[in-house]
Amino acid sequence: MEITNYLGLAAILFAIGATTVLLRRNAIVVFMGVELMLNATNLAFVTFARIHGDVTGQVLAFFVMVVAAAEVVVGLAIIITIFRSRRSASVDDVNLLNS
Amino acid sequence: MTMQTLSLAPWLVATPMVGALVLLVAGRRTDRWGHWLGVLASAATFVVGLVMLLDMLGTPADQRVGTHTVGTWIDSGPLHVDLGFQVDPLSMTFVMLVTFVGTLIHVYSVAYMDHDVDRRRFFGYLNLFVAAMLLLVLADSYLLLFVGWEGVGLASFLLIGFWDGKRENAVAGKKAFVMNRVGDMGLIVAMMLLLATFGAVDFGTVLPAAGEGAAAAGEGTMTAIGLMLLLAACGKSAQLPLQAWLGDAMAGPTPVSALIHAATMVTAGVYLLVRSGPLLEAAPDAQLVVAIVGALTLLFGAIVGCAKDDIKKALAASTMSQIGYMMLAAGLGPVGYAFAIFHLLTHGFFKAGLFLGAGSVMHAMDDDVNMRRFGGLARLLPVTAITMGLGWLAILGVPPFSGFWSKDKIIEAAFVGEGWRPWVFGLTALLGAGITAYYMSRLFFMTFAGRRRWSDGGPGDDGAPERHPHESSRLMTWPMIVLAVGSVALGGILALGDRFVTWLEPVTGHAEHHEPVLPVWLLVTLTLLLVLLGAFLAFRQYAVAAVPVEPPPAPALVRAARVDLHQDDVNESLVMRPGQYLTRALVYSDRTAVDGGWLGLAGGIGRLGARLRRFQNGYVRSYAATMLGGLGVVALVVWVLAS
Amino acid sequence: MTASGAEAALFWVLAPLMVLAALGLLFARKAVHAAVCVMFVMVGLAILYVAQEAPFLGVVQVVVYTGAVMMLFLFVLMLVGVDAADSLTETIKGQRWVGVLLGLGLVVVLLGVIAQATFPPAVGLAEANAVTNPVALARVLLGDYVLAMEVVGVLLVTAALAGLVLTHRRRLSVRPTQRVLAAARVAALPQGRTLTPLPAPGVYAQNNAMDTPALGPDGEPLPHSVPRVLRIRGQERSATAVLAEEETLVARDDLRLIGVGPTSGEAVPAPVGLVETTSGASPGSTTGGTGTTGEDEDGGVR
Repeated sequence: MEITNYLGLAAILFAIGATTVLLRRNAIVVFMGVELMLNATNLAFVTFARIHGDVTGQVLAFFVMVVAAAEVVVGLAIIITIFRSRRSASVDDVNLLNS
Repeated sequence: MTMQTLSLAPWLVATPMVGALVLLVAGRRTDRWGHWLGVLASAATFVVGLVMLLDMLGTPADQRVGTHTVGTWIDSGPLHVDLGFQVDPLSMTFVMLVTFVGTLIHVYSVAYMDHDVDRRRFFGYLNLFVAAMLLLVLADSYLLLFVGWEGVGLASFLLIGFWDGKRENAVAGKKAFVMNRVGDMGLIVAMMLLLATFGAVDFGTVLPAAGEGAAAAGEGTMTAIGLMLLLAACGKSAQLPLQAWLGDAMAGPTPVSALIHAATMVTAGVYLLVRSGPLLEAAPDAQLVVAIVGALTLLFGAIVGCAKDDIKKALAASTMSQIGYMMLAAGLGPVGYAFAIFHLLTHGFFKAGLFLGAGSVMHAMDDDVNMRRFGGLARLLPVTAITMGLGWLAILGVPPFSGFWSKDKIIEAAFVGEGWRPWVFGLTALLGAGITAYYMSRLFFMTFAGRRRWSDGGPGDDGAPERHPHESSRLMTWPMIVLAVGSVALGGILALGDRFVTWLEPVTGHAEHHEPVLPVWLLVTLTLLLVLLGAFLAFRQYAVAAVPVEPPPAPALVRAARVDLHQDDVNESLVMRPGQYLTRALVYSDRTAVDGGWLGLAGGIGRLGARLRRFQNGYVRSYAATMLGGLGVVALVVWVLAS
Repeated sequence: MTASGAEAALFWVLAPLMVLAALGLLFARKAVHAAVCVMFVMVGLAILYVAQEAPFLGVVQVVVYTGAVMMLFLFVLMLVGVDAADSLTETIKGQRWVGVLLGLGLVVVLLGVIAQATFPPAVGLAEANAVTNPVALARVLLGDYVLAMEVVGVLLVTAALAGLVLTHRRRLSVRPTQRVLAAARVAALPQGRTLTPLPAPGVYAQNNAMDTPALGPDGEPLPHSVPRVLRIRGQERSATAVLAEEETLVARDDLRLIGVGPTSGEAVPAPVGLVETTSGASPGSTTGGTGTTGEDEDGGVR
């Protein structure tokens, strides 16, 4: 099996995550889609680290994880705040940017 | 310069300016004593001027020209202008004329404006005028002169429209202001040209360098400068083609007409040209145009004066004509400068006296100005009649009155030269003298001689307005008497032994005596004959025969003269209407082409924005889709480029 | 370099499952199901990391993602409402087609790029991981990327603070003290409030008797001993009905338990005594174990 198959898997997972972001309206699910995309890139990083024989790729994946953790904290806090004020977790209800 | 009192020059300007500021700023608080403060400021200025004059008379002739520099006014790159005052016989002549006549008129105005609630404001403006006029004549650079130039324009505007409750007065003020602006453009352009040619605008640099400048910059530039200065002079001095405002300016109070629109401000153009003499001498073409303009205006004013029934407008036309004489003299070169200023001086006296007399008559006739309703006033207004009579004789040029000494000299000088010029200018001046005699005599006889054409309230005067003429108060008559004395004697005193010409020589230079193309005795005789003829015609027509109270039918020339030779129609059809059409066309093209274009563009962008706005639906998922689409496109491009 | 057979087997087993789970995220109606699917994908990724010679990352993946991040997600889901099913009808016109098209297009383009690209021969991490993978990572992380690591630390602290700030509720009024509460209670006396805690509802043997009023010393039921919510809902039961029910039950069971049939002419004192005692508000049988209710403690408003 070629190692690049991992990259293919990463691509598929990334696309599924992106599609989730586009199609789902529950903010939490959308957020999970984002997490899936980040994980997919991590897989690509790890695979490239293996291809090039350099652990820097893994370090970058590590950074992605840390940043993702921080992002989750802030993002979920925002979702909760919005939910508190609007009683809804749908991203379509937050369209105040309109007009 | 060894004049001790040179440093007094700034006070000449400051004193009346302080008076004006106090009167105008302090407002109604000064209503009770404000007019006396105005008189005091003017008189104090006269005293300062007199001190300087006496000092100057005690100074050797070659040391009478000096400048007193207060400090740097403008220092901007190549343009360096000092705040300086030019003190020399020419400016001192003007200082004395302005302050002396001005003070007399201030005194006259105390009585004349007695019943006006705004008398204090009037005196504020008068003081402002005196300050500006003195700044004009004392300035040592064209730029500072321009400040005074605009100052007198402002004062003139304010005073013409002093009774601005009436629309005609306000319009007259505006007309004078606008027409003066045209002339001001000439002065501004002239200053620009001077700066470009000489690198300076002060007299001390420019005038001595005029000859070299002409050599360096070419005669074309000098001609342009001369013509621009002439334009400025025409605006200020009501010469063709900018003469139309002077007649309407009579809407102002009569003392204003006497001071500003007869004796001083309107002669500022002559001052400017005489002061710029060296520049004009470097541009013979411009000089010739000056003379032509003077000659034309001389005739123009004289013809208009013959037909006017309004006493003040007749005098205004006369002023225009007399200034035409001065311009003609100024255009003759050094030989004429001194006589231009001389005539200016004597004219200042007798014309101011005539105007004050006219004011006195109006005072007696309930502010009526129509001479056809005057007549037979000599017995009732003896002082006015005598002083005006002396002024009349002076302007006629009857020896030994002032006018004879100055006007005859101009006629004489006009006959000097070669080729066609002496004949044309000389004969014009000669003819003008005859017409002058006619219209001034007409004015005098219509007013004071003949039968009365007004009603004293008794029976048998159906339709005539009822008047109760009485002599004016002493505050009014004394200034008239003083001016009448000046009209009688001033010319003779100054002309004896060419005193005045010698006095001016430090400024105008010494002019070699040239013989006129005709003998002098013949010219004098001819002039006197023409004057007598004109006066006789007027006597027969207006003193012996009855004067119709309505203007009788008359030939075309007279009808034209009654409406100022159609000067307003000419202006309107040549300048105003085309200007209006031009501005309308510009406004239209601005609205349709420029505004339309930009509004169309803006509207198009707005509509495009409205279309694009639909993409901005506020849904985060839509934006995410757009981003992802962009990412896909980028990836696609990379893929295609890489493969 | 090709992966070993074992790894290939692992990949081919795991990868389809992970894709299926990821599709579960996309299609699950309930957010909880989606979260479980994502957790599966993440655990699968952890396994793949280990298989790809990144054991440290694999562990971190499990700890951070599955252990922390996804738990956080679940907590938030609980907070927001577990059973809030996502409506699947699309509200934005054309968004579904756009999404599907873009997703498919992205897969095609990315796979195309991967297929097109020429990769260098894989080196493998055997050499780099010679001193064990965590040590190799640490050398790079604390060497080349030490500044980035510090910055990321700051970022984490900032994010924690942001979480606190964003979820903080501001108190809009001054917190009432006990003295204030007591004063308010006394002030409310004229409106028929009581100073003492309200009586507990009646608790009887057969019933969860929160809905049944207690009996006062005079034997009358106390309506306000029943929680207000139940009264408003109309779920209150009358005390007499309950007592009558109890009485019959006690009578029957007592007879059956002591082996005396209903036909027995013997007078049974117990029922009579019971009736007497219950009507007389016997404390032993009518009051519950707890003397007060939570609401009373909160503010005495019922």
